[in-house]
Amino acid sequence: MDPAIAQLVDISGSDAAMRAHADMVLERARWASQVFQRYDRDQTLKIAQAVAKVAFAKAGDYAQWAVKETGFGVAEHKKLKNELSSTPLVEFYEDRDFVNPRLDERTGIVEVPKPAGVIFALVPSTNPIATVYFKTLCALMTRNAVVMCPHPAARECCVDAALTLARAAEEAGAPEAVIQVVERPTIPLINEFMGSEKTDVILATGGTAMVRAAYSSSNPAIGVGPGNAPVLVDETADIAAAARHIADSKAFDNSVLCTNESVLITLESVAKTLKQELKKAGAHICSDDETKALRGYLFHERGFNVEAVGRDAVWIAEQAGFKVAKSVKVLVARIGLIGVGEDLSREKLCPVLAFYVASSVQQAVMQARSLLRFAGAGHSAAIHSTDMQTIMDYSAAVEAYRVVVNAPCSQGAAGFDTNLAPTFTIGTGFLGRSSIGENIGPQHLVNWTRIAWHKQSDHPASMLDIGALSHPGPLPKAPSDGVPGESRPKNAGGAARGKPADDLREQIRKIIVEELRAVLKD
Amino acid sequence: MSAEKLEVLEKSKAFWNPNKTQFWQDVGVDLVIDKREGYFLNDMDGRRLIDVHLNGGTYNLGHRNAELIEVLNAGAKRFDMGNHHFPALARTALAEALVGCTPAGMKYTIYGAGGAEATELAIKSARNATQKRKIVSVIKAYHGHSGLAVKTGDERFSKTFLSEDTEGEFIQVPFNDLQAMEDALKGRDAAAVIMETIPATYGFPMPHEGYLPSVKALCEKYDALYIADEVQTGLMRTGEMWGITKYGVTPDIMIIGKGITGGMYPISCCVVSERAGQWLKQDGFAHMSTAGGAELGCIVGLKVLEITQRPEVVSMVRYVADFIRAGLDDIQDLYPDFFIGIRQNGVVMGLEFNDPEGAKPVMRHLYENGVWAIFSTLDPSVLQFKPGILMTQGLSEDLLRRVEIAIGRAAAEVQGSGRRRAG
Ligand SMILES: Cc1ncc(COP(=O)(O)O)c(C=O)c1O
Repeated sequence: MDPAIAQLVDISGSDAAMRAHADMVLERARWASQVFQRYDRDQTLKIAQAVAKVAFAKAGDYAQWAVKETGFGVAEHKKLKNELSSTPLVEFYEDRDFVNPRLDERTGIVEVPKPAGVIFALVPSTNPIATVYFKTLCALMTRNAVVMCPHPAARECCVDAALTLARAAEEAGAPEAVIQVVERPTIPLINEFMGSEKTDVILATGGTAMVRAAYSSSNPAIGVGPGNAPVLVDETADIAAAARHIADSKAFDNSVLCTNESVLITLESVAKTLKQELKKAGAHICSDDETKALRGYLFHERGFNVEAVGRDAVWIAEQAGFKVAKSVKVLVARIGLIGVGEDLSREKLCPVLAFYVASSVQQAVMQARSLLRFAGAGHSAAIHSTDMQTIMDYSAAVEAYRVVVNAPCSQGAAGFDTNLAPTFTIGTGFLGRSSIGENIGPQHLVNWTRIAWHKQSDHPASMLDIGALSHPGPLPKAPSDGVPGESRPKNAGGAARGKPADDLREQIRKIIVEELRAVLKD
Repeated sequence: MSAEKLEVLEKSKAFWNPNKTQFWQDVGVDLVIDKREGYFLNDMDGRRLIDVHLNGGTYNLGHRNAELIEVLNAGAKRFDMGNHHFPALARTALAEALVGCTPAGMKYTIYGAGGAEATELAIKSARNATQKRKIVSVIKAYHGHSGLAVKTGDERFSKTFLSEDTEGEFIQVPFNDLQAMEDALKGRDAAAVIMETIPATYGFPMPHEGYLPSVKALCEKYDALYIADEVQTGLMRTGEMWGITKYGVTPDIMIIGKGITGGMYPISCCVVSERAGQWLKQDGFAHMSTAGGAELGCIVGLKVLEITQRPEVVSMVRYVADFIRAGLDDIQDLYPDFFIGIRQNGVVMGLEFNDPEGAKPVMRHLYENGVWAIFSTLDPSVLQFKPGILMTQGLSEDLLRRVEIAIGRAAAEVQGSGRRRAG
């Protein structure tokens, strides 16, 4: 085509085109979500499992791709994260039912699940594939459609992963386009998606600006704020184990998880041993000069130097102007102040750990509290201690919604080394200017219609008393028919559309109900 | 009715078309379309209608599609209709784009301003290429109202103007009748068979399986060209770009109109194979049309082709077709004695009723329930039901709800209220 004409016809930068693009993708998602709501629990789970299986198998490939494309993190750790966000995630929620009605036997209130519908999911560059996996599977488990929007720095791997999962979902019988991806995200286009009436909820993981934009979009959003986890090690802790956990956590994917420890707070009595143990665990304790150099390199006037995100310790030391042994995994920098005036007490998505020594447990707790009030409110904190009262005091004081005890915080707060819900979306709650304060999971993508009877009247006492939801499954393909003189036999279409099967199911249900009633009476 | 509307109707009778204006009042459709957007029409008195007539697919992408407006505005800053004698940027670009998305063998695009003109072009090209005059069409076909086109159709449209074929050059055979088709062709004196892929004005009777490919084979056997009128079946309405390719036929000539410019700036296209378009190499001035292939229309057409082929659109059509079909099946189960047939290919649909004029009361009740769909002129037992390819889920559901009510009311009216609903 003539370039002048091509240019004229290309209106992709116009408001009209961007709106049309968002509309089309979201409407297609709406169709998929509406059809998906016809699926029963078995069909739904099978799809989630099948997609998880494909995701698991590709975890390593995508981990490498993500590291190559973004320069962030450690492929081997990303693989692990990706794996954890696939089959184990589905297994974790397998016995939760987001499809069938449920009864609160105490109140007689019956609850009917209503999936959100169309989810717009932002994907950060730091945990790209794990987030794509996680949000997709949460959507699938709850019969929602999802539109993935990758961070431009991780665009290619995310687009590919989303398309792979979309294919797997369709092969497993999911409605067409239940998973879509914005292949060329730009800020105005993303705003168009986020502000559209056709978006039901935004799952926002990413930089603060993006998360705030999601909340400002006028649509419901589940956004997460930045982290800045304190970790307290007291005298009662197993110091060697604590050091190992902290070093492992900081080294894990080079600290790109926002749950990584930011400032280690300890006591005079513990500091020396702790440092030795940290060294043993692969940390380098920086000299004052090195700390100064590190501070200068990591923090610019505009904030954290993104160049350092997810880089390894050796590389960072070198950029800052000093050398450390090849085996070093974590850089520990002693600080004398927490809060304004000490940049190193800000969030650091890299294996640099600030180290602060307090003079008492009480002071340490207050320092941890002030750290989160300074930055990272609502996010995560960790403690290594065996003193239950200290753990309680600490947890009550810190403005975090999860406190990880005697475990690595990166993996622990994200639910992989603890019994918290596994997630790549950490709800930072009211403290962190978010709507939800727990680890985000599929349950947050469903609302329930509550059916309530008059207080004085009888209400259903058991599941046998409530009606059934109809789950006719996939939409039948429309035939191309209508040759005159060959009109279909009456109700033939109906038969093909599984209505008798539905009737049959209904009859069987009734029989079972009757039998159960009889049994219960006896 | 408002005084303003009454006045418009009076003036419409005085200055435009008294009979047609009155006809609509008589059948209970007092519509004067004012504002329009997406799949909605607004009567000048403010009533909103869901449009499933779409002027035969003209508004396939919705009324006043925002992207088409954008591109038309951009185009108007640089172009106008252009000079039809000269090579032109936009005309060439659209012709090239059409070759890119039509079946193999399509070579040139000859432009008109409306569908009928494209039909003229198709017939003239076929006659030139074969040096034969006879044109075979289907009884109750509709290819437009101009000189040659009108002769391919029902006499209802030609006799009034003393324009029916008197030379025996235009042969009409029953649709889906291969023997009749062969009889018409076997004298080897036919220049072409012209066929709507699914005859619209006849109420979208579907071709028998294999019918269209067999007609094409007969054309090859008896040296006639196959003209596919894709005016209502093209542009993704069957779920594929062209209805004719969905049926596995590669035509010699394609007629494209209506939706190609989304109702924003009319042009039509007659796309021809090398053979059918040979006159274009010998005497390019043989046909002229000032508004044919107006460049602004071509700009819009380019955008229509791009939008229509987006993967999102392709799957939306499938959803719309499947969902509406499932809903119509349910409605049919409610009124099996009245609503006796569904003809469908993608979002090209005809609803058949058990009364020779059954589509008319359905049309009226739909109108009263906020839906605009039109009966088939040449078979008023069938309602043309043509949802747009970008219909949203919400609107589709709303549409079905209204259709159920309207069909129920029409059934009661036609058949008496005693036998309203089944089951
Ligand atoms: C199948 C078909 N062909 C041709 C035409 C003629 O198009 P136009 O009205 O633009 O001349 C029509 C119009 O309804 C049509 O439906």
